[in-house]
Amino acid sequence: MAEMEPIDREEFRQEARAWLKANFPPALTNVPGLLFQGDAHAAAANADYQLWRERMTDKGWGVPTWAPRYGGAGLTEAHGKIIGEELAAIGGFNPIRSYGTMMLGPTLLEYGDEAQKLEHLPFIASHERRWCQGFSEPGAGSDLAALQTKCIDMGDHWLVSGQKIWTSGADQADWCFVLVRTDTERKQGGISFLLVDMQSEGIEARPIVLISGSTHFCEVFFNDVKVPKGNLVGEVNQGWTIAKRLLQFERNSLSEVKADITPLAPLAHDYLGTDALGRIDSPDLRARLVRNAMRHEAYMATVRRLAAEAKNGGPSHGVSALKNLWSGIIQERAELLVEIMGADGLGWAGDPYSAAEKEATRAWLHSKAFSIYGGSYEVQNNITAKRTLGLPG
Amino acid sequence: MAVLNEEQTMLKDMASEWVRDRLPVTALRGLYDHGGGGGSGSDGYDADAWAEMAQMGWCGIIVPEAHGGADFGYLSLGLVIEELGRTLAASPLISSALVAASALRLAGTQNQQARWLPGIADGSLIGTLALDEGPHHAPERTALAATASGDGWALSGTKRPVQDGMIANLAIVATRTSGAPGDRDGLTLFLMPTDSAGLERQALDQIDARRPALYRFDSVNIAVNDVLGEVGKAADLIDAIRDRAAIGMAAEMLGSATQAFDITLDYLKTRVQFGAIIGSFQALQHRAAELFGELQLTRSAVETALAAIDADDPALPALASLAKATAGETLHRISSQMVQLHGGIGMTHEHDAGLYLKRARVAEQCHGSTAWHRERWARLNGY
Repeated sequence: MAEMEPIDREEFRQEARAWLKANFPPALTNVPGLLFQGDAHAAAANADYQLWRERMTDKGWGVPTWAPRYGGAGLTEAHGKIIGEELAAIGGFNPIRSYGTMMLGPTLLEYGDEAQKLEHLPFIASHERRWCQGFSEPGAGSDLAALQTKCIDMGDHWLVSGQKIWTSGADQADWCFVLVRTDTERKQGGISFLLVDMQSEGIEARPIVLISGSTHFCEVFFNDVKVPKGNLVGEVNQGWTIAKRLLQFERNSLSEVKADITPLAPLAHDYLGTDALGRIDSPDLRARLVRNAMRHEAYMATVRRLAAEAKNGGPSHGVSALKNLWSGIIQERAELLVEIMGADGLGWAGDPYSAAEKEATRAWLHSKAFSIYGGSYEVQNNITAKRTLGLPG
Repeated sequence: MAVLNEEQTMLKDMASEWVRDRLPVTALRGLYDHGGGGGSGSDGYDADAWAEMAQMGWCGIIVPEAHGGADFGYLSLGLVIEELGRTLAASPLISSALVAASALRLAGTQNQQARWLPGIADGSLIGTLALDEGPHHAPERTALAATASGDGWALSGTKRPVQDGMIANLAIVATRTSGAPGDRDGLTLFLMPTDSAGLERQALDQIDARRPALYRFDSVNIAVNDVLGEVGKAADLIDAIRDRAAIGMAAEMLGSATQAFDITLDYLKTRVQFGAIIGSFQALQHRAAELFGELQLTRSAVETALAAIDADDPALPALASLAKATAGETLHRISSQMVQLHGGIGMTHEHDAGLYLKRARVAEQCHGSTAWHRERWARLNGY
């Protein structure tokens, strides 16, 4: 991709700043971006959010690098980066961000045929079509390629039956990209990548209650679901290659989470008090807080460095190491936050606990998933060892 | 790797090639006379190699052009230092071309800069900082007394360790002109030629075969115009110099950690036990993956800090401590794992692992330890 001239860069920055200032609803300032998936109902009920979504859709800036015929603005990565920076500067967020924009869209751009791109990308770019990811199965978690959901070629359609699990937001999604088995003789080589309408007959999504109380994840059952032939992405049995690419996009988006986190020092002062020198009055906890905060700062510097180094903008093998750093640092922070709150960080419900305390407790429980989803900590280490470091086996 | 311009890429490539050719780890090995420290006959560096480094312009990278340097920035100097760190190359580049040059850039008068910087830039003169007085970095506790004497000052007390102190021609000495150890007020820096009467130098036989010095001052006379900065108000200046020194040391540590990791990774790919390449064992694969992640954090922290000096970033003090503490923790871990993963051979003086381990611990202490910088970062960030 051609580099932008500095003068164009500055001009575009001014343009982006002016447009965002005029169009971003001030009421949404510093509201955590509603990731479309789990918060669909909350998002639909929020008029400011809907206005912001429509404006960004019209402008094509939710997916600035996509071509206009796919709902994007046809801009370069450099332009997209400037939009992101200016958005962050005013405490804004991208209302289009979703599994569709982060994972399926980039994958379809590489592997989809033109009909599939035109059929799906504009609806992802306008955030009208919600996607979920049908990958994991009860018997295929970290060993994803062991998946068994059956897909039979019936001549004029595919017939799908099986069960998926840990499908984020499946109960609220419109479509699902599913890995299915089209060949039982070969493991990785017998997998295909299918786009399935969640309204199809024979599909049932049941939410699962997690330790944090969340019902974000679902089980999805496919009972002889008919899928049109044109919904296969790429070739039959090419699904594993496509899925690996999609997982790179996923890891990339996970590791790029802005995580503009609040420093824990003021909170620690409140809960633990300070010594004569104004330091958190618990030397051991203070030392662990400081180490975690420093690692977070070094992590953020790493995200910026890798973004600057990435010549072509695509995700690299290094994202596995980055994802493990991120999950480790953020999980530890969630533990520390609860530890700062002491017994008050262990409440589930009721007035005696503040909203912030209850939220911290659930966030801590939720954070345990960070090193499991998107490829577990151990799987990421396998990838780093084999692909990045070239270790054998 | 940071995004470099063409000149920086050339500089890095040249440094990489020269260091491997001219100062490989075997050169450091030559400075040892037994399994422990350096030989008593050693200066702790290779004077001929130093002359070549000067010839290539490395001593003047951050020196202004008016004083014979290239004014090419700290990130550029950091690239060279990182390459030196890869082979544990022993040279006074950090002490002289980074620390002493920084001190003069930050606070030197026109006359002081004109007198000292050209020599530093062409390598004919080696400068260093004489700051620490005990086993732990603690600038406020400086006790070395400077008292008014005639037209100037008389210095009495001790300094240790002074990095490259035996070969330095110029020492920038932190002294106490008023107040008591522990006070930030009352600190003063002096520019002192090391052939001054009343200064006695003793080489310290250190585990890394470098030769830092113990300086004993017995009424060493310093002229009044050799005060660097303001009398009694050097605390902030000392912090600024030490921050640059710590970042330079962190760049060296990044190079050492990267190389120690690369050597260890090669070993994991060749060593066979239980009928298999040991790098095929998942326990070792995961350890390698985790160390690789730590190296990523370290590179980011170091490069960010180097760029922050060039950009005059107000966050520099915190970024300096972040870089030094992160590099300290990472190099500590990787150098220990280098020995562990090499097994018995890693315990022998014949293998390089021990050399990385020894230099690692010295570098960790230099210009503020990991613990010191964590505490500093904590204070700066309100913990």
